[in-house]
Amino acid sequence: MEERVPLLKVENLKQYFPISKKFTVKAVDDVSFEIYPGETYGLVGESGSGKTTIGRSIIRLYDPTAGKIIFDGIDISGKMSAADEKKLRTEMQMIFQDPMACLNPRQKVADIIGQGLDIHHLYTDKADRDAKIARILAKVGLAPEHAERYPHQFSGGQRQRVGIARALIMNPKLIIADECISALDVSIQAQVVNLMRDIQKETGAAYLFIAHDLSMVKYISDRIGVLHLGHLVETGTTEEIFANPVHPYTRSLISAIPHPNPAVERKRTSMHYDYFTSGIDYMAGELRTIEGTHKVLATEEEFEKWTKAEKNYR
Amino acid sequence: MQEKGDFILKVEGLSVSFATTAGKVHALRNVDFAVRRGETVAIVGESGSGKSVTVKTAIGILDTNGKVEAGKALFTFKNDNGEEETIDLLTLTKKQMRQTINGKRIAMVFQDPMTSLNPTMTIGDQIMEGMIWHFNTPKKEAWKRAVELLDMVGITDPEKRMKNYPHQLSGGMRQRVVIAIALSCNPDLLICDEPTTALDVTIQAKILELIKEVQQKLGISVIYITHDLGVVAKVADFVNIMYAGKIVEKGRVDEVYYDPKHPYTWGLLSALPDLETHDERLYTIPGSPPNLLHTIKGDAFAPRNEFALKIDEIEEPPMFWVSDTHCAATWLLDDNAPKVEMPKELRARIDRMLKEAK
Ligand SMILES: Nc1ncnc2c1ncn2[C@@H]1O[C@H](COP(=O)(O)OP(=O)(O)OP(=O)(O)O)[C@@H](O)[C@H]1O
Ligand SMILES: Nc1ncnc2c1ncn2[C@@H]1O[C@H](COP(=O)(O)OP(=O)(O)OP(=O)(O)O)[C@@H](O)[C@H]1O
Ligand code: SF4
Ligand SMILES: [Mg+2]
Ligand SMILES: [Mg+2]
Repeated sequence: MEERVPLLKVENLKQYFPISKKFTVKAVDDVSFEIYPGETYGLVGESGSGKTTIGRSIIRLYDPTAGKIIFDGIDISGKMSAADEKKLRTEMQMIFQDPMACLNPRQKVADIIGQGLDIHHLYTDKADRDAKIARILAKVGLAPEHAERYPHQFSGGQRQRVGIARALIMNPKLIIADECISALDVSIQAQVVNLMRDIQKETGAAYLFIAHDLSMVKYISDRIGVLHLGHLVETGTTEEIFANPVHPYTRSLISAIPHPNPAVERKRTSMHYDYFTSGIDYMAGELRTIEGTHKVLATEEEFEKWTKAEKNYR
Repeated sequence: MQEKGDFILKVEGLSVSFATTAGKVHALRNVDFAVRRGETVAIVGESGSGKSVTVKTAIGILDTNGKVEAGKALFTFKNDNGEEETIDLLTLTKKQMRQTINGKRIAMVFQDPMTSLNPTMTIGDQIMEGMIWHFNTPKKEAWKRAVELLDMVGITDPEKRMKNYPHQLSGGMRQRVVIAIALSCNPDLLICDEPTTALDVTIQAKILELIKEVQQKLGISVIYITHDLGVVAKVADFVNIMYAGKIVEKGRVDEVYYDPKHPYTWGLLSALPDLETHDERLYTIPGSPPNLLHTIKGDAFAPRNEFALKIDEIEEPPMFWVSDTHCAATWLLDDNAPKVEMPKELRARIDRMLKEAK
């Protein structure tokens, strides 16, 4: 286990946005985590906690304020050679929340999906391009004739499939999926999630799966990172996080998931957590190991207190 | 009609269509549902099933290309003379609705708080507006009441917040303000159309607990629209499952969750990720909902239903009642139907839920 080499390594990433001379938004503050080849890392946290910013820093939409991002052994947080840049543009892909917003409405599906191929000249002739597109459409469960349609002629779930096809055609090693199912119905969410899992099994791609819905994150992720106010407060395997949440924020998050079991749900109230009255200072803590890969952001005292309290939890 | 009780709203046989360039969209087909006083009723269904159209029609804000083909929306309330009165909301003009019903007796909270807040007005003025308009409440009194409402919906420092503009608040706070506005005129019925879909779980949980608390404290009735079955379990007493413009199953929440009868309900419950077990694949309902441009023959769900009978393709199933409060529109409940049980994975899951509930 220890021998595994991470595909992506985020080290002490800081992403600050200066708003004015006096005020800076610290969207991401000293976050570190790893994603191994072929696994799914779920990133959860309330709105504004910095999830999207992390995704965007990883695909180099921002210049990190501090810290390092290493992808497949290459440092991608600074200047890069043209060759590395090209490798990154193909091997790392992003799927967005609102498929409509990123699909050009005047472009046919074939051209939307083929865009990456066009930019990087990844086919020999038109027949090769068509074949590649047809193959990827089949993989995401769309028919070859869908290639000639426009995005508005699809349902939400089908549009999300187009977004996935566009990412997949590049054969990426890492796919960043930012809230890619949040806008869909339960039954369609299930279709898309199944599809993502099938594809992972087949291609061995790793996912960074960003979402609000913890039950879906639990379902799809191997490991999870919990973000709050730009800090990674807890990380570990899905098992560890759900069976044994240590940080009070993680606990409040898990307690807030509504279960589809009325007799239980009617009686249950969620735990409340307010950082500003909690007496916790994220800057004072450091990531401490609980067991295996399970880590929590805490001071020595907090760590003592929470890991003891954890035995009384549930 | 087997539905009894002290009803505040009774929608009967509601059919609505929309004129579009592609033809007539049959958005609602013979929708029946009722809300008792002091209860929370949920309407659940996939996107496009007709949830919003149902409540929008009832409160007279149907889009202009929409048409009520048939039906009634009987609303029972105490009129200004203190007498109980029942009126069919669908017979009122927009102006009558605005003057006597909307805001004052029925209030609505929409999915996106930004669309229901005025960005150029302070939140205080927005909360006071309705009281002043409907009841001529003196400004000072309205102010006091607005501060109380903000406090009740859990906004700290309410007095200071009165002067804030919507953009100065977080998403969760904005939704609280919208709820405060909805409650400002003491409505008898609060309609929430996916009020927490845009919020994250921790804030969602707080808003849901808030709605429940307010509902109990003020004894009002609530219609709650959502596609999240977890949320329904938390807030609702009754649930209506909607499919392709029709209510296909309804009953007490416990009846529908622990003893679902309609195959569509089976599918919806099965598609939820199970927090307890880690199945390899999530269940998905095959196919997609019917195009409402076409008239539907037989049971609208039949093409997606692995349990469909021959009759499903020919004749629309009526409601079969399985208890005084629980019914489903599926031929599987007909006496002549072969005995079909819910999928065994779902059975196992429900058994587990029941055990957990003990
Ligand atoms: N370009 C930017 N300039 C200034 N502030 C920004 C910028 N991008 C993000 N922020 C701020 O950084 C913080 C984190 O935002 P981010 O979008 O990463 O949150 P998130 O966790 O993805 O939230 P959500 O769940 O709502 O999508 C927020 O306070 C946001 O307002
Ligand atoms: N103004 C309109 N013109 C034409 N069709 C409409 C109009 N408004 C709604 N519809 C159609 O009526 C049907 C029901 O729509 P409705 O908005 O009630 O769905 P919903 O159940 O609320 O879905 P969601 O969960 O996405 O909000 C849909 O097929 C929709 O496309
Ligand atoms: S309706 Fe759905 S697909 Fe269309 S823009 Fe809105 S979110 Fe995107
Ligand atoms: Mg985001
Ligand atoms: Mg709606």
